[in-house]
Amino acid sequence: MPVVEIENLTKDFSVGFWRKRPVRALDRLCLQVNQGEIFGFLGPNGAGKSTTIKILMHLLHPTSGAARILGNPVDRVPMHQRIGYLPENPYFYDYLTPAELLTYMGRLFGLRGEALSRKVDALLESVGLTDARKLQLRKFSKGMVQRIGIAQALINDPEIVFLDEPMSGLDPLGRMDVRRIIASLKARGVTVFFSSHVLPDVEALCDRIAILNKGRLQEMGALDDILKVRIAGYEVILSGSTGTIVDQIRNMCDEIRPMENRLQIRAGTRERMQALLAFAFAHKLELISVNPVRPSLEEHFQSVVGSEQAAVGSRQ
Amino acid sequence: MIQRVLAIARNTYRESVRDKILYNLILFALVMILSSIMLGQLTLGNEDKVILDLGLSAISVFGMLIAVFIGIGLVFKELEKRTVYALLAKPVHRHELILGKYLGLLFTLLVNLAVMTVGLELALLYTGRLGMGAHLRVLPAVFLVFLSLALTTALALLFSTFSTPALSALFTFFLWIIGHFGKDLQNFGELAKSESVQWLCRILYYILPNLSNFSIIDSRSVIQSAAYSRPIDPVAIAGSTLYAVLYCAAILSLAIAVFTRRDFK
Repeated sequence: MPVVEIENLTKDFSVGFWRKRPVRALDRLCLQVNQGEIFGFLGPNGAGKSTTIKILMHLLHPTSGAARILGNPVDRVPMHQRIGYLPENPYFYDYLTPAELLTYMGRLFGLRGEALSRKVDALLESVGLTDARKLQLRKFSKGMVQRIGIAQALINDPEIVFLDEPMSGLDPLGRMDVRRIIASLKARGVTVFFSSHVLPDVEALCDRIAILNKGRLQEMGALDDILKVRIAGYEVILSGSTGTIVDQIRNMCDEIRPMENRLQIRAGTRERMQALLAFAFAHKLELISVNPVRPSLEEHFQSVVGSEQAAVGSRQ
Repeated sequence: MIQRVLAIARNTYRESVRDKILYNLILFALVMILSSIMLGQLTLGNEDKVILDLGLSAISVFGMLIAVFIGIGLVFKELEKRTVYALLAKPVHRHELILGKYLGLLFTLLVNLAVMTVGLELALLYTGRLGMGAHLRVLPAVFLVFLSLALTTALALLFSTFSTPALSALFTFFLWIIGHFGKDLQNFGELAKSESVQWLCRILYYILPNLSNFSIIDSRSVIQSAAYSRPIDPVAIAGSTLYAVLYCAAILSLAIAVFTRRDFK
C-alpha cells in the first residue's frame, strides 16, 4: 500500500533580481513509496531531492502536481502528527539542551508529563546522547547534532520518517549508528524515506530506490532489479588440475587469472559462462563458485547521471 | 492549538532570556532611570517630575530597542538557521508559529517592563515625596507603554517575515518615530491648502500606527491626578487599548498572510 504518492510534481523557482525568470527544480516527478519499506532517494547536488522532501513537508508550495502522505494532501497539517522529518544539515536552537529540545518538540505533538520525559530519556539513549543531556547544543559536534536531529524526528513514534541526508557529516561509527537506527525503524514497521549521497549506505539499507537528476526521475525500482539489469558478466572459480587446459580456457573467456590450484575466470556473457561450465565439467574440474558481476550502486549511479548529462550536453 | 502556541511562546521567551543583548539593554535602562535621581537634584522641587519623565522615556525607548532587536532577531534566526524546517514539519500551522513567537515576545517585554518599572518606583521612593496614589498611577502609564511596544513588536514581526534584519529594524524604527507624530500629521493635513495633501495626510494618519495614543499619561498627569485624588482618564485608556488590540490584530493577520504564502527554500 503506498504511503507516499507523488504525481507530476513540478516546482519552479524565480531567480534574478529585476527580471525574474523561472528555473525548474523539479519536473513532473511521479513516485510511490510503499508501507514499511526503506526508500532511497538518490541524486547529485541540485537534483531536486531536498526540494521534493520540502514539498512533502509543506515547506515549499508546488508549482503544479500533487503529493499525498498517508492518503492526505501534504498541506493537511494534522497529518504531520504521524510523520517525522530530519532536515538536511540540521540546526537546532543552540541555547537548548537535548532534553529541552526534545521536550519542546514533544509538546508540539501534544505529549506532556511523565510520558514525555520517559520518551525523551528513551530517545536520548537510543541515539547515544544520554551523557550529553545537560550540554547546550552549541557545544555539540556535527555528528551529535545529526543524532539529536534523528531523535527529534522520532519523538512522536511516526509511521513514516523523512530523512534528508542523514549520513552527512558523520564519521564511520556515526554512520553505523544511523544505519542501525534506520534498520530498527524498519523492523518496527516504520516507513523510511531518505535521501543520501552515501551510496554504500543506500545499498546496504534500501528496499527500493529512485534516482533523480536535474529535477527528473531517471530510474525507480527495487535495488536488486535495478542492478540486475546491468550484469556485466560472470565470475567463475574452478579448481583441479588446470595446468594443461589453461590455454583452451583462455580462448573461451574474457579474462583469466591463475591462482594456486585455482582459476579465476571472467565470462562476459551468459552463453560464454555456460560453455565454460560445460567444458569444466567435461574435464572434471571442480566448480567453486559462479557469481554474476554487477556494478556497485555507485557505478550504476554514475552511469545513469553521466548519460543524462551527456544527453543534455549533446542537445545543447 | 493553544498548547502548541504556548509551547512556541515558552521557547521564544526562553530564547530571549538566554540572550545577552537583553540584559545589556535592561542594565542600560536601569542605569538611566537611576541617573534621573541625580539629574532631578539639579532642579528645584521638580525631582519627581524629572524622574518620572526620564523613567517613562527610558522604559519606552529601551522597550522599543528590545522589541526591535530581539523581536526581529528571533524570527530571522528561525528562518536563517532553518530551525523553522523542523518546526513546520510538525503538526504546527504557520499562524500558530507567528502567534507563538508574538506571545513569547510580549511576555519577554512584560517581564522586562516589570523590572524597569520596579527600578522607576525605587527611584521615586528614594526621593520619598510622592504618595502611594502617584506610585500606583505610574502603572497605567507603563501599561500604555506596553501597548505601544506590543504594536511595535507586531510591526517588527511583520517586517521580519519578508525582509532582512537590518531593513526590518530600520522600517520598524522609522515607523516608531513617525508613529509618535501621528497627531502632528493629522494637524498638518488640516492646515494644508491642497486637497490632495489633505487626503494623503488623512490616509497616512489612519494607516500608520498612531503611537501618540499611548503617550496620554505623562509626569504631569500622574502627579496632578494623584494630588487631586482623581483617576487617570479610564475612557482614554480603554480607547488606546482597543486601538492597540485592533491594530495588532490587523498587523499580525498581514504577517500570517505573508508567512503562509512563503516558500522555505
